Amino acid sequence: MTATILKMKNITKEFPGVKALDDVNLEVQEGEIHALVGENGAGKSTLMKVLSGVHPSNSYSGDIFFKGKKCEFKNINQSEGLGIVIIHQELALIPELSIAENVFLGNEQTNKGVINWHKTTEATIKLLNKVGLQINPQVLIKNIGVGKQQLVEIAKALSKEVELLILDEPTAALNEEDSENLLNLLVEFKKQGITSILISHKLNELMAVVDNITILRDGKTIETLSMDKDAVTEHRIIKGMVGRDVDDLYPERTAKIGETVLEIKQWNVFDPENPANKMLDDVNIHLRKGEIVGIAGLMGAGRTELAMSIFGKSYGKSISGQIVKDGKEVQINNVNQAIENGMAYVSEDRKKYGLVLNDSVRKNLTLSNLRKISDKTVLHKHQEVKEAEKLKETMNIKTPDIEQKTVNLSGGNQQKVVLGKWIFTDPDILILDEPTRGIDVGAKNEIYKIINELAVDGKGVIMISSELPELLGMCDRIYTLSEGNITGEFNRKDADQELLMTYMTRGRRSR
Amino acid sequence: MTELKGLFSQNIRRFGMVIALIGIALLFQILTGGILLTPLNITNIIMQNSYIIVLAIGMTLVIITGEIDLSVGSVAAFIGAISAYFMISLDISVAMAVILSLLIGALIGAWQGFWVAYVNVPAFIVTLAGMLIFRGLTLIVLGGRTLAPFPEGLRTLSSDFLPDVLGGQTVHLLTLLLGSIAAVLYIINEWKLRKDYVKFNYNIISLPLFISKLVLITLVILVFSYVLALYAGIPNVLLILLLLIIGYSFYMNNTTTGRHIYAVGGNTHAAQLSGIKTKKVTFWVFVNMGILSALAGLIFAGRLNAATPQAGNLFELDAIAAAVIGGASLAGGVGTVVGAVIGALIMGVLNNGMSILGIGIDWQQAIKGLVLLAAVALDMISKNKSR
Repeated sequence: MTATILKMKNITKEFPGVKALDDVNLEVQEGEIHALVGENGAGKSTLMKVLSGVHPSNSYSGDIFFKGKKCEFKNINQSEGLGIVIIHQELALIPELSIAENVFLGNEQTNKGVINWHKTTEATIKLLNKVGLQINPQVLIKNIGVGKQQLVEIAKALSKEVELLILDEPTAALNEEDSENLLNLLVEFKKQGITSILISHKLNELMAVVDNITILRDGKTIETLSMDKDAVTEHRIIKGMVGRDVDDLYPERTAKIGETVLEIKQWNVFDPENPANKMLDDVNIHLRKGEIVGIAGLMGAGRTELAMSIFGKSYGKSISGQIVKDGKEVQINNVNQAIENGMAYVSEDRKKYGLVLNDSVRKNLTLSNLRKISDKTVLHKHQEVKEAEKLKETMNIKTPDIEQKTVNLSGGNQQKVVLGKWIFTDPDILILDEPTRGIDVGAKNEIYKIINELAVDGKGVIMISSELPELLGMCDRIYTLSEGNITGEFNRKDADQELLMTYMTRGRRSR
Repeated sequence: MTELKGLFSQNIRRFGMVIALIGIALLFQILTGGILLTPLNITNIIMQNSYIIVLAIGMTLVIITGEIDLSVGSVAAFIGAISAYFMISLDISVAMAVILSLLIGALIGAWQGFWVAYVNVPAFIVTLAGMLIFRGLTLIVLGGRTLAPFPEGLRTLSSDFLPDVLGGQTVHLLTLLLGSIAAVLYIINEWKLRKDYVKFNYNIISLPLFISKLVLITLVILVFSYVLALYAGIPNVLLILLLLIIGYSFYMNNTTTGRHIYAVGGNTHAAQLSGIKTKKVTFWVFVNMGILSALAGLIFAGRLNAATPQAGNLFELDAIAAAVIGGASLAGGVGTVVGAVIGALIMGVLNNGMSILGIGIDWQQAIKGLVLLAAVALDMISKNKSR
């Protein structure tokens, strides 16, 4: 039997007004991969912050034992000193510095205070090899993809002689291929005796690699499941997380598909940074009323580029091609024209492209269609409040009131605000780019229901996602996109993950 | 009482500023042995700070957009110089010269807005360049000399008072009348708003608190107009200021374009993807700043009754300080016009009080710097606490 490496006992942590953690217990065995799951706000991140010393030892009650010794961390340096390293959801890399500089940031390889670049580079190459990254350590972080950045973060952790590695949603921003690499790496580490704690919403990939799963809900430990002993199913975990049966994550919908509402013909888009680079090559897609159409593609395939270039040419240079709406060709050269033509685009990055975080729920909801609550220029505040309240009700946005700043909302509720804001423009076509990224299962289910209602109302929905089960669960038809080319088109009943993956990784269309 | 406490803690920023203003005023009232709040001196404070308030209003919009304008002092000086050239050297009528000057201000704003909005040159650089360019042009227009005096018409704008058509002797009757009208209008407006709020089910403050608020603000309006009436009545420039404050507050809170300005500053990307023409918004905010800089330049020149090469020195810093003390965030998206006015008054009362006490310009500068730092630091500390 292996030894217990970490024991967190009766941890209670209160923030003003909320009990974030309520008597939480966590036990991790040496050399295992331990998953920590729960809805957003369940206390996962807080628990890890307690463990790593971000919340100092006098700010919570309860005990932490690491390798049998009681620990009272006052800051991150102390926990890192013992080999507990946490990799946060938002990567802590500096884009303008090189990989080597980032890996040894704060831990520079020096000779009497002067940086020894030779040693730094060599050590970095060694670490990069360990994480399976063959890349020049002089390359700047901003020039490598998110997947590789994640690996660099792990290399950085390895440089600190890590014994317990904590990863907070490491695969949230990664495509399937990169996610798989990363998870395989954790299995590799396990063989070398490094213990990992993995926080993730992607239950299917968790279940493939972990040994034990601890479920948190509302700041309390619900249970710890062992993959060996218990009959663990996705359903079982979700039930633990939500506290009730979510009978069907993807709600049923009887599709009533009407006429074609949107056609994109011979769509070509070039990279604005590098005009020789063709991002989308002769894309032809169509969308019908009441239909949900999925676009499956790996990161970098051009999914977001396709969506944004259609939506008022918000991305790309030298765009050519035709947009046909309701059988008539339309010119859409800016976002305003896109909105006038009944388009809506929900971005994959709601914080950066979707919300004005410092503004209230009310102001965010009405921003795209101020015309509806004003006469030409002057706003009717009362009407605005009425409309915002109505949206809050129909979208089930959980907020004390509509004057709450959106920055204070949970991810799921923020996403509902973004969706609500576009529903307020009464669009015919909704382009949803990763509509459920980084939000918990309960909220996902609600968002799916809203999307289904929109389709039933006769709106056309284009849904972009890197989670294939989501596309297969929601869409009537799915296009696969690879390197800027549409490589395939499938009806839901003919498609499965394997088939989609094959076409998503296919270089050119084989005619 | 608990309701009052709740209101207070929710609006600590707004109450804090007003309390700071009252506190500083009372402090200097005591230190100066009662000179600060005499009718003459209150009138003075308004007139001394009128051009900074005008600039602070424009600067607030610029800062809310997430930009900065370092050139406003130089632009004000340049407009003062060019208006002097129009009126004194070319003998153009005052009205015509004022219109031309404001147009030139708009053009200058358009010039700077163009580089910021459409070429993406950082506003800091564009307006730093503008600060040098327009200071240089001021010297060129004036030939390094001072142009004076201005015709009567311009001086009226910044130094004269509303005539007392009611023929008051020791008190200015028209001022009292206008003050009373303002108070009545205020009460009617608040009452109407409250009725609407009830109709639309808002959270409203309780009736006793509402009435105490009405009484308090009505009293402030009446006492203020009485104090002004005891000296020479309402300065013309105060009318301009009130128009600007009310107009710009309404614009920022109740119009679609005002909302757009907040959105652009709060999150440019999100604003753009919501169909807001972000570049256009930024451009026009700079045009607006140009016009207000021109107005400030005219008021200052009229008050000095001369166009000098050094006019408007460091005005930009006063205007930025006023906006920031008034709660505007340099990160963009946050700020209010009224806040900026209060910020400008805080700086103004400090200046005036220290001058009465005979504190040298050296210490005045240092103390003002510390106040600016303290105001923003307190804000940050309270924000970190609430997080």
